[in-house]
Amino acid sequence: MTRLFLRTSATLFGALALLSPVLAQQASQAPATAQEVDSLRTEVAQLKEQVKALQEKLDLLMATSPTPAPAAPGVPSQPPTGAPPPEGAPPPEAPPVSPTPVPASTTSTQTSNYFNPSISVIGNFLAAGGSNDTAPLPAASLSESEVAFQAVVDPYARADFFFSYAEKGVEVEEGFATFTALPWGLLSKVGRMRVSFGKVNTLHLHVLPWPDEPLPIVDLLGNEDGWIATGVSFSKVIPLGNVYSELILQAFDGHADGLFDAPERSDLSYNGQYRIFTDLTESTNLDLGYSYALGPNGITDSSDTRLENFYTVFRWKPLRTATYRSFILRGEYLRSHKDEAVGSVRSDGWFASADYQMAKRWWVGGRYEVSELPDDSTLEDSGEAATLTFFPSEFLEFRGMYRRRHYFNDDIANEFLLQIQFAIGAHGAHPF
Amino acid sequence: MKKAFASLLVLLVALVGSAPALAKVHIVSTLQDFASISQSIGGDLVEADSLAKGYQDPHFVDAKPSFILKLSKADLLLAAGLELEIGYLPPLIDQSRNTKIHPGSPGYLDMSVGCDILERPTTQVTRAMGDVHPYGNPHYWTDPNNGRVIARAIAGKLSELDPPNRATYEKNLAAFEAKLAEKDKEWLAKMAPYANAKVITFHRSWPNFAKHFQLDVVGEIEPKPGIPPSPTHTLEIINLINSQKIKVIMVEPYFDLKTPKYMAEKTGATVVTAYPSVGGLPEIKDYFTLFDHDIDELVKALKGGGQ
Repeated sequence: MTRLFLRTSATLFGALALLSPVLAQQASQAPATAQEVDSLRTEVAQLKEQVKALQEKLDLLMATSPTPAPAAPGVPSQPPTGAPPPEGAPPPEAPPVSPTPVPASTTSTQTSNYFNPSISVIGNFLAAGGSNDTAPLPAASLSESEVAFQAVVDPYARADFFFSYAEKGVEVEEGFATFTALPWGLLSKVGRMRVSFGKVNTLHLHVLPWPDEPLPIVDLLGNEDGWIATGVSFSKVIPLGNVYSELILQAFDGHADGLFDAPERSDLSYNGQYRIFTDLTESTNLDLGYSYALGPNGITDSSDTRLENFYTVFRWKPLRTATYRSFILRGEYLRSHKDEAVGSVRSDGWFASADYQMAKRWWVGGRYEVSELPDDSTLEDSGEAATLTFFPSEFLEFRGMYRRRHYFNDDIANEFLLQIQFAIGAHGAHPF
Repeated sequence: MKKAFASLLVLLVALVGSAPALAKVHIVSTLQDFASISQSIGGDLVEADSLAKGYQDPHFVDAKPSFILKLSKADLLLAAGLELEIGYLPPLIDQSRNTKIHPGSPGYLDMSVGCDILERPTTQVTRAMGDVHPYGNPHYWTDPNNGRVIARAIAGKLSELDPPNRATYEKNLAAFEAKLAEKDKEWLAKMAPYANAKVITFHRSWPNFAKHFQLDVVGEIEPKPGIPPSPTHTLEIINLINSQKIKVIMVEPYFDLKTPKYMAEKTGATVVTAYPSVGGLPEIKDYFTLFDHDIDELVKALKGGGQ
């Protein structure tokens, strides 16, 4: 009954919110009066006369001047307006006060590319050495190449697609439309997306400060990629004075690899997050969030898995030397309540990490992680790791990680991971 | 807990009331320079705020959620354009829930339009050239002539958004332009004795400034835009300074002074911390004091007195 209420509410609310801009636009189109119609008729008649006069002038010109040779295909007939002025030329005259400055025109060959999405590719090479009998990585792999296509759809929405090309195949890591023009300050995403459960789960692998996902994400969210799901998301910013706070409510299909399994199509999974961000000082800020999620786990017809997450991120970055020195402290606590055939299993996990930027291109970091297994909370994985990262530029990254993990089966893995990431294509936003 | 979800959904619906209309035009700019100029034009009729600080590298500004709050209330967003803000502004605009300031909407103003933009690439650009801007050098506001274009664009936009106060905006614009013309004469006179003086800069932030004040930028400390100085390039610049008897090394406030100071030690040149934006120092409180400060420091160094 509760699920039925949630489903109906989410559907009605979503449909209303998505349709409202269109309905508002239609409502504003009032029927024209007879006076307006007469005025328009007169205007059309005047315009027809002007067109006729211009056509006559054009015909006369065509008859008296030689026909110009056609321009070569793809070659602009005029120099591009973006070319610099000749050396010594006077500076262009400043334009008069204009209500709306008009962008410079461009050549026809460029206009065909105007509406193409921004494209970028991020390669992720991972090499591993040392011992690990429980979750061994290959000696070398192109573990993931992310191909992104991003563009504005129309005045109401934008679209973002992220395809993950691994050596095994291709997956849609994310593919969603974001409705940016909704009423009441709402923002909605529809499609496949990384679920807003905690902080790290929302981030793509290439923006994490590690080459791997922390153990609680892997163990309690079911797989190496975290929780990715298909459905709808609504969020609303609720300012608390100068403090940013945001409420996110999401409803998804009831399947998620290793986490949820819906016996019926109507069994959905849900997630909610409340987040607060505040600037403590000009150089420091704090990000806190609580997430709660539930969905069917498929063990019985009515069994659920319920998840909780509390995260915190503290950042220090003096603005004047922001590109040389900074520090980030992260921590997340996860809890899973998994209904079994008899009773429920409660498992906890958490990780904490610290990353310090010691020079413009160098970062050093450490991480501790521990997680009980969701099916048996008496079994536990834990680990420690240290990282050293070098960024030759914004688009290239070398990271070394020493990782020691103590698995539930008493296997102790000592590994060295080398990650090399390289990005080509459109300049994306810097991760925050 | 399922009931809690239902309650949250109801809460979300209850929170969807819209904000009341505000009397002043709320302006948010990416750079403090545009906020300062818009405050001069708008006076008491506007409230102007900026995202980046004047002493911050404008290429690397964090997309902090607190900026979403500022943008959500804005009637007008002033952006430098030319992809200077590509690393942080697009996601902030999307999340602002404020369609008034989306690119293409009346509340979005690209300040580069109409300005004299230098260093537009004429050949294929690749990132082998460093962090190049394919639409031209985005540090164009360091030319007072462009400042005038920016002021006119802001006055035009404010008149469009707030027509009843058009006369005030035009009056304030006239006053701004008159003061700028007067100050520009003063700045040009101060710099005139040093026409065509050769200088080194840290980053390619100064082509518009150099063009207006007739400085000759003969080299940068960065081997390529955005790439930190290498030992080889540092030696090349030291040789350049010695061979061409260059007196001044201009460094933006957000770059490490270690390499410039090393170069100065080896050559006798003077390191001048040149501020590209309003707010870089407490005394640089508007567009006029920005040039007052930079010109005075440069003149002092070019005279040979150092700073």
